[in-house]
Amino acid sequence: MELDIVALSRFQFALTALYHFLFVPLTLGLSVLLAIMETVYVMTGRQIWRQMTKFWGILFGINFAIGVATGIVMEFQFGMNWSYYSYYVGDIFGAPLAIEGLMAFFLEATFVGLFFFGWDKLSKVGHLVATWCVALGSNFSALWILVANGWMQNPVGSALNPQTMRMEITSFFDVVFNPVAQAKFVHTVSAGYVCASIFVLGVSAWYMLKGRHLEIAKRSMTVAASFGLASALSVVVLGDESGYLTTENQKMKLAAIEAMWKTEPAPAAFTAFGFPDQQARETHFAIHIPWVMGLIGTRSLTTEIPGIDKLEQQAEIRIRDGIKAYDALMQIRAAPTLDGVAPAVRASFEDLGHQLGYALLLKRYVDDPRQATDAQITQAARDTIPHVPTLFWAFRIMVGLGMFFIVLTATFFWLSARRHLDKYPLLLKIAVFAIPLPWIAIESGWIVAEIGRQPWVIEGVLPTAMAVSSLGASTVLLTICGFAALYTTLIIVEMTLMIRAIQKGPEPDNEPEADLISETLVPAAE
Amino acid sequence: MILHQLIDYEILRLIWWLLLGVLLIGFAATDGFDLGVGMLLPIVAKTDTERRVAINTIGPVWEGNQVWLIVGGAATFAAWPPLYAVSFSGFYLAMFAILLALILRPVGFKYRSKRESARWRNNWDWALFIGGFVPSLIFGVAVGNVLQGVPFRFDPADMRIFYEGSFFGLLNPYALLCGLLSVAMLIMHGASWLVLKASGPVAERARSYGSLAAVAVIVLFALGGIFLALGVNGYNITSEINPAGPSNPLLKTATHDGSWLANYRVYPWMMIAPALGFLGAAAALLAMRAKWEGATLLFSKLSIFGIISTVGLSMFPFILPSSLDPNSSLTVWDASSSHTTLFVMLVVSLIFLPIILAYTAWVYKVLWGKVDEATVNDKSGHAY
Repeated sequence: MELDIVALSRFQFALTALYHFLFVPLTLGLSVLLAIMETVYVMTGRQIWRQMTKFWGILFGINFAIGVATGIVMEFQFGMNWSYYSYYVGDIFGAPLAIEGLMAFFLEATFVGLFFFGWDKLSKVGHLVATWCVALGSNFSALWILVANGWMQNPVGSALNPQTMRMEITSFFDVVFNPVAQAKFVHTVSAGYVCASIFVLGVSAWYMLKGRHLEIAKRSMTVAASFGLASALSVVVLGDESGYLTTENQKMKLAAIEAMWKTEPAPAAFTAFGFPDQQARETHFAIHIPWVMGLIGTRSLTTEIPGIDKLEQQAEIRIRDGIKAYDALMQIRAAPTLDGVAPAVRASFEDLGHQLGYALLLKRYVDDPRQATDAQITQAARDTIPHVPTLFWAFRIMVGLGMFFIVLTATFFWLSARRHLDKYPLLLKIAVFAIPLPWIAIESGWIVAEIGRQPWVIEGVLPTAMAVSSLGASTVLLTICGFAALYTTLIIVEMTLMIRAIQKGPEPDNEPEADLISETLVPAAE
Repeated sequence: MILHQLIDYEILRLIWWLLLGVLLIGFAATDGFDLGVGMLLPIVAKTDTERRVAINTIGPVWEGNQVWLIVGGAATFAAWPPLYAVSFSGFYLAMFAILLALILRPVGFKYRSKRESARWRNNWDWALFIGGFVPSLIFGVAVGNVLQGVPFRFDPADMRIFYEGSFFGLLNPYALLCGLLSVAMLIMHGASWLVLKASGPVAERARSYGSLAAVAVIVLFALGGIFLALGVNGYNITSEINPAGPSNPLLKTATHDGSWLANYRVYPWMMIAPALGFLGAAAALLAMRAKWEGATLLFSKLSIFGIISTVGLSMFPFILPSSLDPNSSLTVWDASSSHTTLFVMLVVSLIFLPIILAYTAWVYKVLWGKVDEATVNDKSGHAY
């Protein structure tokens, strides 16, 4: 990739999004864990659960601050760096972002203040409500941002309006209940829960190894292991892949993830390992497991999964249809009124308008797609193949780690049930070293989703290369350097504060043991 | 979706123009005092305890307040996509500076109290000052540029946006005047908040600086009006306009030879807005001197409401005029989302805005009362 404005804008977006997403999953999961811990406190009246809520709350707060700060960057960047995108699809894409703000951010941000400052100002139940509002708010926000992202992957409920030269909404219902968005939501929030669970598990394991705060560590591990196991299962079972085949558009992503260069007779084999070679279009040293791919991908033994070769041929056909749609669109836009357009032209646009995006792929090579040569069309069809090795590896890292999280949380769930949490130091050490792994899995997941969609920013509708603002490359380079410098400083500060807070450990709670009655009435859950 | 036909397209556009104003005013009236407190921090609070008093008055609420800005951005994206696309990409480096400043703010609040070191805390105090000053100034400078027109145009072939200005071009005298007005306005607002919520020397100093700021608001707002009348041309739509037509700015023609004061001749009731801007600031000044603490904040809000409304009403129906190609200018009638999107978003807003206002009010009620040295030195460790 040369240093053009498209490459730079993509780099900046990837940088800021991957960075923002270091903080979001922990917020998502930890907010729910805090709410669970505080619920136990309110129900049993045992002070230790309040102490736990406060302690994990401090870590939550350090993480939350940067999550919020870097989130504003994401929202502003669409307009700053992707102005044609914002113009072209703002009618659809803007709505979920605005709803996210109204429904989620206000709730989360208003009550997070009470969570920290309201311990002495609210009743027990009042404070618990505030904590649940924070958890609800952060999870609602995931819902709406994934409705927006799901639409980028599978743009339903919309059509191009030739008069305004942009996509406009035709069914809000379809956009919200987009199957890809729903699958993504469950997958992503579950991943956030796993992330927070492994974090709590690992930090508690460290306390246990050091022989500190044992009572808090044990209880935290029990909560984290059970919540983490349920979430880790949900991540895999309700994984994104179930959503891929529900739509035509995601087939190329699936083929690239599996490095399926050629269409195989059903049921296709799964490539467990290998080195995909984009130039030669083959996977070196591949280890195939027969039937598995067909089963995972189609839940049948007879349905064929198209390979990259077949999808590329389809893309070429679509590009040629797209050129006809482009021609019709230009005639419609040139006419003074819609009534002045020849019926044949209008019919052609109605027939082929949904392939218009494929003609726009040619804009990289020629100003007017109608003038494209056969060689350019072939090249544009080849462009529809994303970078296979990246996807192949990112996907396998994500799935491998996902499996590991199930094993890890299941082990600790079992240990906790047997009251053996402190018996196996080796397992505790593994839990400590597992702390960074969820982040690696999650960032890999982002790469699979977003690199897998290339060359599109809106699958089949708008190529990424067209979506950028008309900015100078040096301007974007400047802001990349600015973000990189600030973000590096912040992550150092954040990590230092996190580690100091963990080393310091939970504050002793001086409040007298309250509600002795409820304790005798409710047999201790521990 | 047939339901959206219940409300006419032009009515929806008008409602969304008003809602854009509501969100901007909501942001300035709530997060505005957080920005103001950030700017006042180095001068109203000298010792660490005093600074903590000032910071903890906004500690529990600034996060919710900031959402007004986030929702303002997102609602612009949803309801006025061309406005969002042109302004955010056109003001690219200015937006970048705002982002950097806004990133410093949350981490400043959260991290300042995590260590005892005086140097650590002093650095974060400067971060909070920058986090208040830079956005306040740039938002005002941006409005000053919008009033003069912004150098952008649409390519008629595919509606791609081209912007032909530079960052330093934004820093012209009239825009800087507007920037100063914005800074003065938010300092007045931050001081009004501190008078109400802080105590001791912090509140006393806030009273003095706030009074100064209120005088500055009156003077700068008057200067802004005079220059607007004498030195800044308004825009005119010169073709027929269909208020329910497609959102394509190039379907009209416009010129840059009008006057932004023309609306006040046609609709004299609009004079209420600038009047509120002046009277609110004067009343805030009076209340500050007379120590009517609650009223000060209310009057300051009224002044903000008047000043921001003045800008919107003067430009109506223009939202973002183009100095490069007046025909590309964005107006209320040709820069909105589709009929369906505006309708859906209105329904969503009507459901959620009352809920938001209700729980926000409840939270402010829970946090009622002054912050003093005893509060921040309370050993429970809840304060920043």
